[in-house]
Amino acid sequence: MNFFQIISEIEKVDPEVYDRLDSRRSIFKHMTGLGQKLTAAAVPLALGAIFNKAYAQTPVGATVNDVLNFALSLEYLESYFYNAGQASTTLQSGLSATNKAALELIRIDEANHVTFLRGVLGTAAIAAPTTATFDFTGGKGSAGGPFADVFTNPATYLAVAQSLEDTGVRAYKGGAALLMSNKTVLTAALNIHSVEARHASRLRAMRRAGPNNNAASQGVPVAPYNAAPKSWISGTDNGGASPTQTAPIYGAGNNTNAPTNVTFDAESNTTQGGTNLTGLPNTTGLSAAAFAVAITEAFDEALDVTTVKTIARTFVVNGSTFLA
Amino acid sequence: MSDNLQPRGSDDASFAQPLYTPIKRRSFFMYAGATAGATALVMAGCSKDNDPVTSDNLINVGSGDTGVLNYAYALEQLEAGFYTRLRTGTYYTGLGSASAEKQILDDLYYHEVIHREFFKAAITSGRISDSLTPDFSKIDFNSRTSVLGTAMAFEDLGVAAYNGAGQYISSPLYLTLAGKIVSVEARHAAIIRDLVMEGSFVGNDVVTISSANNSASAGGAGSSGSSQERSKTPSEVVAVANTFLAEGSKLNVSGLK
Repeated sequence: MNFFQIISEIEKVDPEVYDRLDSRRSIFKHMTGLGQKLTAAAVPLALGAIFNKAYAQTPVGATVNDVLNFALSLEYLESYFYNAGQASTTLQSGLSATNKAALELIRIDEANHVTFLRGVLGTAAIAAPTTATFDFTGGKGSAGGPFADVFTNPATYLAVAQSLEDTGVRAYKGGAALLMSNKTVLTAALNIHSVEARHASRLRAMRRAGPNNNAASQGVPVAPYNAAPKSWISGTDNGGASPTQTAPIYGAGNNTNAPTNVTFDAESNTTQGGTNLTGLPNTTGLSAAAFAVAITEAFDEALDVTTVKTIARTFVVNGSTFLA
Repeated sequence: MSDNLQPRGSDDASFAQPLYTPIKRRSFFMYAGATAGATALVMAGCSKDNDPVTSDNLINVGSGDTGVLNYAYALEQLEAGFYTRLRTGTYYTGLGSASAEKQILDDLYYHEVIHREFFKAAITSGRISDSLTPDFSKIDFNSRTSVLGTAMAFEDLGVAAYNGAGQYISSPLYLTLAGKIVSVEARHAAIIRDLVMEGSFVGNDVVTISSANNSASAGGAGSSGSSQERSKTPSEVVAVANTFLAEGSKLNVSGLK
């Protein structure tokens, strides 16, 4: 093993390696000290720690931090929602054992996402909101909004949960292209994105089978999917769980600041990469109309930051600047 | 680190070789910011960074965005082939027409065929074969356990593959398109997992709930308790996918980096 050989090799792909190391001050001095203090066997671990310092805290740029703080805001929204749901004995008593366990898994995931994003952002992370920041009834602080029984009625709770997860999936998808400058952060965001989609799928299964059913996977969807959705989004799902409030979650976004060639279409979109997929060879046996619906299901759509914030602020109290 | 994920054969002597292979950018990102990965950097410094074995009979997906699209196309061909084939097995044909399982497997068949046809239309030049030959000889299409177990493996693998390949895409359009597909694959994976075992839609085998991601693509991000998908590198993915592809249709993804 040759430490300087390694640095030299890194320099071939990252000419700034010396600056990175140097900007963390005295790294080579540290190496000298380490060499005196550590046995040869311990060097790989110590060296790993030094590279962590050099790269893990590489400034990721304002844009990346902004996107991560946006993601963190959404994770707070979700995390506090599931915490409140877990604390409601009335709500829990209306849920089957498997559904309670599933919601606990989701609650842990969202809390983990908050912790992870705070760790990545470090001192750049937004302040943690207070629980008073949110009104999950959609009442903007009145606690008497359209989802007034959200923490006592399991059906309402799952409807809001699905709405939050479907929104999260679209938000991370829209954010991905803004994170391309940092591959590590991009991969982490993608790895959160698919977990949110797994959550959405499960919540949709729980809704179609009923909150108190232990076999969520055996529920059968019922068109037009407001109350008994598929695990994927079919067309616009007729506006989702509560169309007056949730239709924008499945609608089109704002393309004003979209990355090159990216558009934020409604979930009923059938054109991908400039190709209208209804013209694809249809060997499925489906009618043309049903084939078009299947195309909308086969692709989830991305959403821009501004539109997501507007949707998410349904659950933020008036006067708060959270997610503004 | 990559050495640990591939059959080593008898190349132990490589430990004694000097570091003459430049650390590739792909490998480099895997080390950046990594807790485990940065330590592994030292290990890579000790041994040769082996390229995947390239034999004459492999289909090379190529490099750059076209390579990633071909890689996705190959996986979608495999998935679509599987969901097409299962429709003739007695497990599927015995399902009630209104049953949840029939409706789910029908939708997955439609979705995966659409994904396959989409890539076929989208990759206008440098596209790999449109007719990769699958090898489903290990699957019992008359068995619910075998069919759903394989569906789960394919869907989880698809999610891990798209997530792991995102970093190799240079076009915002293609990255977003991959995102549009991968979340649908994740929705598939979750419901199939629940069919196999209720409540397993996220499990520690696919999400870093209680242990860290040891994949070469994790970049240190998938630490224990971070609840992230366990994404996989292309070489990790094809090590599995190739077991479901016939000779002559197996994939070489060494150009993806």
